[in-house]
Amino acid sequence: MTPALAVLAIALVTASGLPGLLLQRRPALGQALSCAALCAGSALGLAAAAIALFGGGGFAVSAPWHVPLGSLALRLDPLSALFLVPILGVPALGAVYGLSYFPQSRLGARAVRLQLYYGLITGSMALVALADNAMLFLVGWEVMAVAGFLLVLTDHEKAECQKAAFTYLAASHAGTFALFAFFCVVGSQRGSFDFAAWQGLSAAGRAGGWLYALLLVGFGSKAGLMPLHFWLPGAHSAAPSHVSALMSGVLLKTGIYGLLRTTGFFEAPPASWGMAVLALGAVSGVLGVGLALAQHDLKRLLAYHSVENIGIIAMGVGLALVGRARGEPALVFLGFAGGALHVVNHSLFKSLLFYGAGSVQHACHTRDIEHLGGLAKAMRATSFLFLVGAAAISGLPPLNGFVSEWLVALGALRAMDLPRGDAAAFAVLAAPALALIGGLASACFAKVQGTVFLGSPRSEHAAHARESPRAMLVPMGILAAACATIGLFPALLLPALRSAAAAWAGLPQAALAAPAARAAASAWWVSIVAAALLAGLAGLALLRRRVLRGPTPAAETWGCGFSAPTSRMQYTGSSFAEILTGRLAWVFFPRIRFRPPQGLFPRTASFTSEVPDTVLDLALSPALSFLARIALKVRAWYPTRIHFHAVLLLLGLVAILSWRLLWW
Amino acid sequence: MLLRALFQIGLFLLLPPLLLGVVNRTKALFAGRKGLPLLQAYYDLARLLRKGAVYSRTTTWTFRAGPAIGLASVAAAGLMLAVAGEPALVSFAGDFVLFAYLLALARFFTALAALDTGSSFEGMGAAREVSFASMAEPALFVSLIVLARATGTLSLSGMLGPGLAPAWSTAAPALLLAAISLYVVALAENARIPVDDPNTHLELTMIHEVMVLDHSGPDLAFILYGASLKLFLFGAILVRVVLGLRFESLLAAEAAFAAGMVGFAILVGVTESVMARLRLARVPQMLVGASVLSVFALVLLLR
Repeated sequence: MTPALAVLAIALVTASGLPGLLLQRRPALGQALSCAALCAGSALGLAAAAIALFGGGGFAVSAPWHVPLGSLALRLDPLSALFLVPILGVPALGAVYGLSYFPQSRLGARAVRLQLYYGLITGSMALVALADNAMLFLVGWEVMAVAGFLLVLTDHEKAECQKAAFTYLAASHAGTFALFAFFCVVGSQRGSFDFAAWQGLSAAGRAGGWLYALLLVGFGSKAGLMPLHFWLPGAHSAAPSHVSALMSGVLLKTGIYGLLRTTGFFEAPPASWGMAVLALGAVSGVLGVGLALAQHDLKRLLAYHSVENIGIIAMGVGLALVGRARGEPALVFLGFAGGALHVVNHSLFKSLLFYGAGSVQHACHTRDIEHLGGLAKAMRATSFLFLVGAAAISGLPPLNGFVSEWLVALGALRAMDLPRGDAAAFAVLAAPALALIGGLASACFAKVQGTVFLGSPRSEHAAHARESPRAMLVPMGILAAACATIGLFPALLLPALRSAAAAWAGLPQAALAAPAARAAASAWWVSIVAAALLAGLAGLALLRRRVLRGPTPAAETWGCGFSAPTSRMQYTGSSFAEILTGRLAWVFFPRIRFRPPQGLFPRTASFTSEVPDTVLDLALSPALSFLARIALKVRAWYPTRIHFHAVLLLLGLVAILSWRLLWW
Repeated sequence: MLLRALFQIGLFLLLPPLLLGVVNRTKALFAGRKGLPLLQAYYDLARLLRKGAVYSRTTTWTFRAGPAIGLASVAAAGLMLAVAGEPALVSFAGDFVLFAYLLALARFFTALAALDTGSSFEGMGAAREVSFASMAEPALFVSLIVLARATGTLSLSGMLGPGLAPAWSTAAPALLLAAISLYVVALAENARIPVDDPNTHLELTMIHEVMVLDHSGPDLAFILYGASLKLFLFGAILVRVVLGLRFESLLAAEAAFAAGMVGFAILVGVTESVMARLRLARVPQMLVGASVLSVFALVLLLR
């Protein structure tokens, strides 16, 4: 039954945009039907995933397909089931959010297009997670990339969107190129493109290292690992918010899925593989959150936090790889469980935050946090739900972000069990790196929550903000509830994570039983402390309300005796982050324009600062435009007649063929 | 066993304000003053609890919730504190991560409550607090990992338990470095000189005190009490690390611990009396220095 469920889910989800297209005369109905189709498809797919995760009922089906090297092979194992949860869950909520945020009745064809691509990208991501054949995987991968490109282009007349979409497309294809290379090499080695035939690849030697490098480039660029993250901030901030949520919360995770799936093929990957991805993860984590601190565009800031969270996930994956190399089941389980749970967790709280950002933009028509402020009064529900997301992404207990970061940290600590003198024991430094990332993230979200929702409004728009409609609040509420549930009862998820970890590492379930049991015992203690915290909080609140009831006169905020404060006197978000971003100026190169006040009676003074993306704006763009200039010069000199190109092609072919025949 | 643990919790909830008294007495002694009564912090708390609270018109529920959340999370962190080498009420592998993150939770909401007032002073204080705290976080973690490695356990109770005495004979240099690093973190986290001056009256230079300028009445009492609990937490860890002995009787252990805590308070008071507050730009360097020290200690153990 599960194969039918999964196939039906993919079909329903992929075609979910059609009702909106066909019913353009009745846009509200069309959009509602589209949303319903997407939700129904997701529900079916989630049911299949739940069966595979908790009931152990995976499947593998194969059908003939008249594409060279391809076969329609689908497999649902615990690993793909785990990734199906965010892949199908988040878009369903996004479609509901879109009912009010991106109504077809008002936006017409734009919304129709968006719904078509939204369904398409969801279906193709599900296909990627289920594909059991390299060709099928690549087909899903390409459809996903192109649908993402079209989604970023939703507001296609804006230059910002065009640039972001093009950068995304270019980066995505550069990554796919590396994957093509990997799949071709392995496919020709194995004589088959079915993943089933790829088990037990050799990771040894330089050849293995090159294969792994291809994987890191291909999947790392999709996941947004530094320094391949450069397409991400632009694309995520240019797209509509429920699309940003999908891209940031889910699309990136297909890169992690690909990395996990393909490293699962290898026999005994060396510890250096794990250490490499661990180091990349730590760098992405610290610099990602550092760059986020320096942003004042709310969605761009959230996008950089995705780089940070992908870093945390990569650290978990790295620890699990080290564990496989050293035969330490505790390391495998904790690293994998932390990383994989963070995949799910990040999809929950990042979507929540992007929906919140969308609500703010909807209400105030700006994403610049320096023009916001004081929204907590008008948008009570949004501000509370955003706060839940902010606390969760900062890794604060008792929410879900803490649980996955804690598991990764535990994994890092288990690296100390390695024998003395093993360099891989230095993986333990991942734990303080996580602590640093957590500290910086909570600083950044104190800045966001404080500047956007607290204090007094910094602009007219912010002063007249209105709460968002219910269709936007309900998905946020569901996500916040999920964050809290996972945070309060983490132990319930460990069995599912254990079966996924065993499927990935090629270990029997029993091998991971001992570390999973130990982690579960600790996780229940986390629940107990969380309960004690909530009980203590309730007690204090009750005490404060019922017993300690002095008079509560209202007054102005203390300003050293100054009694007419204005909102311009507040601390800005940029000033808030200045201490930390100033420390990181050696990686950021902030662009600062400062006109200091001059003279005894200064009239005008101004200060602006912005932080460009180090990789894209300072390295890649200049280098590529230099290349483009050279190419233009070459073209000016180059004969433009078509015969010449044909001759060149022929010569090239002859050269390749003769090389192949003579020397290979 | 359970009774003993509950007794420790009782000590943890009752004694901390006394610690502030000892610190203040030490400082008064250095300054040639008579000083406040030792129990002054208790009087202050009692007085504040009876008062009403003034709320700024700019603030929302975040401002009112901040002190309660801060106090509840610091108290919850205390559940995992092993006083005087006794196992704590809650102890599990990796509990020190939860311990550190609970303190981060308290800080997050204190900072938000400060930003809720819309005051530039409190914004400044909050910015400094979260920045310095995030720089102190790695030092705290690495020091605790050093303890974990030296004692071979991953729980706070184990790290501060009977395994500490043999660890001092095998890994004394690393433990000493970790203890120094922990002391620096304790000063930074508890807003003490040389990072922050709890006595200053100039809003522009303060960190922790300026964040709570607008709180009054019971809210301020929650904050002051929470701050003393936090000082106690760090003091207890540090005292236990330094006095890593194994005692035969519970009474001797408690007595040694109490003496150690008084010593810790005096040390804090002495530090405050003989040093000036560092320039704010110097604070990160000190915290990074503490991290480097602790990483060095870890390398000593891992090599």
